[in-house]
Amino acid sequence: MDFKKQKPIYQQIADTLCERIVGGELAAEERVPSVRDVAMQLGVNPNTVMRTFDYLQSAEIIYNKRGVGYFVSSDATDRILALRRKEFMEEDLPAFVQKMNMLGLTFDDISKM
Amino acid sequence: MIEIKDLLFAYGKKSVFDNISLRLESGAVYGLLGENGVGKTTLLKIVSGLLRPTLGCCRVDGEECFDRAPSFLQSVFLLPDEVPLPDNATPDAFFNDLAPFYPKQSGEMLRNMAKELQVDTSVKFNVMSFGQQKKALLACAMALNTDYLLLDEPTNGLDIPSKADFRRLLSDRIGQGQTIVISTHQVKDVENLIDPIIIISNNSVLLNASVERITEKLYFEYGGEQHPEALYSEMMPGGYLNVLVNNGMGESQISIEGLFNAVLRNAATIKNIFD
Repeated sequence: MDFKKQKPIYQQIADTLCERIVGGELAAEERVPSVRDVAMQLGVNPNTVMRTFDYLQSAEIIYNKRGVGYFVSSDATDRILALRRKEFMEEDLPAFVQKMNMLGLTFDDISKM
Repeated sequence: MIEIKDLLFAYGKKSVFDNISLRLESGAVYGLLGENGVGKTTLLKIVSGLLRPTLGCCRVDGEECFDRAPSFLQSVFLLPDEVPLPDNATPDAFFNDLAPFYPKQSGEMLRNMAKELQVDTSVKFNVMSFGQQKKALLACAMALNTDYLLLDEPTNGLDIPSKADFRRLLSDRIGQGQTIVISTHQVKDVENLIDPIIIISNNSVLLNASVERITEKLYFEYGGEQHPEALYSEMMPGGYLNVLVNNGMGESQISIEGLFNAVLRNAATIKNIFD
């Protein structure tokens, strides 16, 4: 089955924040913009952004300093890359191989490129 | 909290609501959706105390709306789709006329919102475009700062940049204790803001659920094949939008239009899934 996924908004926002962390725009131990600021900037419901932050916190990519706000974990980049690799192996690669098979391409064809 | 219980309402012999019950918790932005003529505006009028239920009750924070007690009236504001505007009035004058009745109102809020929406509140309404009028009225309605704000088609007539400004303003209001009910057909304008979502049809409430619960129960697939078991499918660029019963497929991005069509076509199934 051709299974196309569109992630829920809170995960899309999480992906964007993760890209900013990996890209160095948000450094380790730097303060993450507040839920309210992110929500206003994107024009989304703050509860959705709260879910994003809960998710990132449970993945230990950000952490909460009570009363101060959220901060980027010191090993955030490593954690994000580990998650991305897992996602690549479990989702992107199978789709890629499926497409290769459909087009009649082999890994030999690709290594010759 | 807004509580509607066993509500019956009819215009003369024409029944609009036949025994509907609905509960709206405080502090959220509810999206009230329904086809033309199912009674969205009527419902807002009942909640704001303008119409009397034929039978049953409609209460806001425990007070019967149609009793129109001062404590109720100062906590609810309804901004209709079209507002009859007095000749020569400016938004400032309009706001100042209303302000004494609403204790939490804030002139500073009005100035900030007007600035955000780029509308001059000292200019007369009759020289403004429809969109400018709408923005000025939205700023006034929000600055009255009532506990309950009912907006009927708030994005009607707004230009594209103003819609984004409106979303930002609304996003900023969420979580500040205010309960907002938005009745709209322009779901794309408020897609990522309204939560929970209420869908009403003739004589019944088909759905009243948070976005999280909806995406837990239903799966939205974009651009795949058409599934025969889908509650609703519709062609889109790159394939079909399928609204499916979520059998452990994980979470997906909600499509409110897809949801709306799926709910209208499968009222009984939806009721089973969500009950």
